[in-house]
Amino acid sequence: MSKNDIKVALIGNPNTGKTSLFNQLTGLNQKVGNYPGVTVDKKQGISKLSATQNAIITDLPGTYSINPTSLDESIVLKTLLKKDIKESPDVILVVADVENLKRNLLLFSQIKDLEIPTVLAINMVDQMNKKGISIDLSLLQKELNTEVVLISARKNQGINDVKEAIIRCHVAAKASPLCGINSKIDPDYFQKLKEISPNYSLYELWLMVTQNNYPDSITKEEKEKLLAFKQDVSKLKKYQHKETIYRYQEINKILKKTYIVDKTKATDVRSKLDKIFTHKIFGYFFFFMILLVIFQSIFDWATLPMDLIDTTFAELSDFARDRFQPGLLTDLLVEGIIPGIGGVLIFIPQIAILFLFIAILEETGYMSRVVFLMDKIMRRFGMNGKSIIPLISGTACAIPAIMATRTISSWKERLITILVTPFTTCSARLPVYAILIALIIPDIKILGFLNLQGLVLLLLYALGFGMAILGAYILHKTLKIQSKSFFVVEMPNYKIPSIKNVFFDVLEKTKAFVFGAGKIILALSIVLWFLASNGPKSYTNATKNVLENVENQNLSQDELNQRIASVKLENSYIGIMGKSIEPAIRPLGYDWKIGIALITSFAAREVFVGTLATIYSVEADDENTATIKEKMRSEINPATGEKRFNFAVGMSLLIFYAFAMQCMATLAIVKRETKTWKWPLIQFFGMGLLAYVSSLIVYQILS
Amino acid sequence: MSTIASLHIGELGYISEESLDFIPLKLLEMGCLPGAEVQLIQIAPLKDPLYICVNGSHLAIRKETASQIKILKANL
Repeated sequence: MSKNDIKVALIGNPNTGKTSLFNQLTGLNQKVGNYPGVTVDKKQGISKLSATQNAIITDLPGTYSINPTSLDESIVLKTLLKKDIKESPDVILVVADVENLKRNLLLFSQIKDLEIPTVLAINMVDQMNKKGISIDLSLLQKELNTEVVLISARKNQGINDVKEAIIRCHVAAKASPLCGINSKIDPDYFQKLKEISPNYSLYELWLMVTQNNYPDSITKEEKEKLLAFKQDVSKLKKYQHKETIYRYQEINKILKKTYIVDKTKATDVRSKLDKIFTHKIFGYFFFFMILLVIFQSIFDWATLPMDLIDTTFAELSDFARDRFQPGLLTDLLVEGIIPGIGGVLIFIPQIAILFLFIAILEETGYMSRVVFLMDKIMRRFGMNGKSIIPLISGTACAIPAIMATRTISSWKERLITILVTPFTTCSARLPVYAILIALIIPDIKILGFLNLQGLVLLLLYALGFGMAILGAYILHKTLKIQSKSFFVVEMPNYKIPSIKNVFFDVLEKTKAFVFGAGKIILALSIVLWFLASNGPKSYTNATKNVLENVENQNLSQDELNQRIASVKLENSYIGIMGKSIEPAIRPLGYDWKIGIALITSFAAREVFVGTLATIYSVEADDENTATIKEKMRSEINPATGEKRFNFAVGMSLLIFYAFAMQCMATLAIVKRETKTWKWPLIQFFGMGLLAYVSSLIVYQILS
Repeated sequence: MSTIASLHIGELGYISEESLDFIPLKLLEMGCLPGAEVQLIQIAPLKDPLYICVNGSHLAIRKETASQIKILKANL
């Protein structure tokens, strides 16, 4: 990025093809980060405008106006009000949908009043003939007093025109407002507002007052004067209404001259599809079938690449051990870092497949229909139709799912959704479930075709979802939060998904998972390795003690090594931690070894299997679950002489893992999204207590 | 006086001037303006929300909101 790059902010209503244009302009030169201080994704990319000129394009969340009602939308306002040279945009690129031009121009007219140079790109013009629309481009350009380009982002038409318009716009003089709200509504009032500061346009000052959002650059004195305008709230509200109506009047005037629609030409595939997708029986049926296909695919398609990643990392560990000199660094690499990275990457296939489906459902416009179908049901549990998306996404990973709650405008509904999402069975629980089910549930068919193990897995998913709903209901009844619940969802036209958009979406979300959750899992693997391979004196003397013990004289070299490894583990820091919590977990049927796995997997559930692998003295670099399974199966409980992992212990563990909040990354995200430690702590202790009590009951009944 | 919530599927109406104070700003911005034509397209299976088309925008709104927006029914 050089100083001469033009900073372009990309703004538009949702469903206008803003993302398509962003992808066309920037291609693979994209990166996702966070806005300073908030976790909202900041998507940026570099676009080559000409041989000598680059632009940094920032894709802002879709919004209908700059009067925000959700967290996503408030980012747009914040960016536009910034006066910081590094952050504030030089040119604003507004994307509009040719079919809904009137509504899109409302946002455009607001932006234009901020007096920042603006380019208007009218998208999907390839549909114009079919819809009977015609536009007088040069007249529209003159009336709007801005650069207007006709494009079709999906068909890659007009992209160069956009680039040229950005360059022209950048060198042109300061832009002028389009609607000039002052003269029409209450000239005196707005004159007084304008006099507060010469550094801001009238509309910027008006936004600061109405949205209660003040940029850092504003002086204390100016802010006090602005706050005085907030006294009369009903007046503010009235003037905002008037402003909107006035803007529409102006837009109508302009469109009358420049935009013609021949309604007889409009085709209506939408209403036919809507009849099926929102039908009171077929609608739910379709939704259920789609969910079924998604889950089948996640488990079917993901197994092969997951196994591949698993074995690759095991081999990589072996390779590193053979290749490098034995020592502390090699141990760290072989037992800490490589399995740590493998533990993150193994989830990529499942997460990518789930996001692939979600991206397709969003792109086609079907997701809005699901929101429509589910709103009433979800409302009974204190959530809203939009909550269904986080709850489905949660089956891959709670982190992106919690981020997806940002479109929910009611704080109470959003908070409840955030708090219950971790109950849905995420992919990290899967390896734990898989190994425990294999241990305690016989591999038989019932009714001739249903696999019993698969059925139990399905029940565990249902248990997670049911607990999420029940939890939401309890929170709905107990949380005393006054929050305006306002619900409006646009039902976009059905579209065939663009491969490019789906690809970038999946890539971006998967990357966000790998680098977000990955860092924590990797760091923990290293800490874990350290705690397991270090300890007080008894640890250092383990080898000597085992060798000197007479009982061990008859053991083979392999058996001896295993004995040493397990004595070492018992005396390592992590072993001591496991023993110290043993009294608390004994009523659940667990011993100190399972205790170690519980402690380590509090950070991330999938660590459970890896820890058990280490505990039962399987070589750390051998991730073969069959071996771990056999070791676990032959583990004996010395107190009873029975199997350690009997039915009661297995069930107790399954319930524990279904309910407990064992994911540091999720807690961190909840903290960032709710801006306080209160909610993640409530979540952590609430879910932990539920897990403990339920496992206790299950174990005591079954044993 | 009828409201959007009292429309039948497929029926048309015009948003009346007097409902201006009851229309949330967000809906105004999305095109629910006094005088605008509104059509009820579909009702969700549990009778709520409503799927309407107003001023060219296809929107789903809750019944509660819809019942605050007064309309004049179009005489077909």
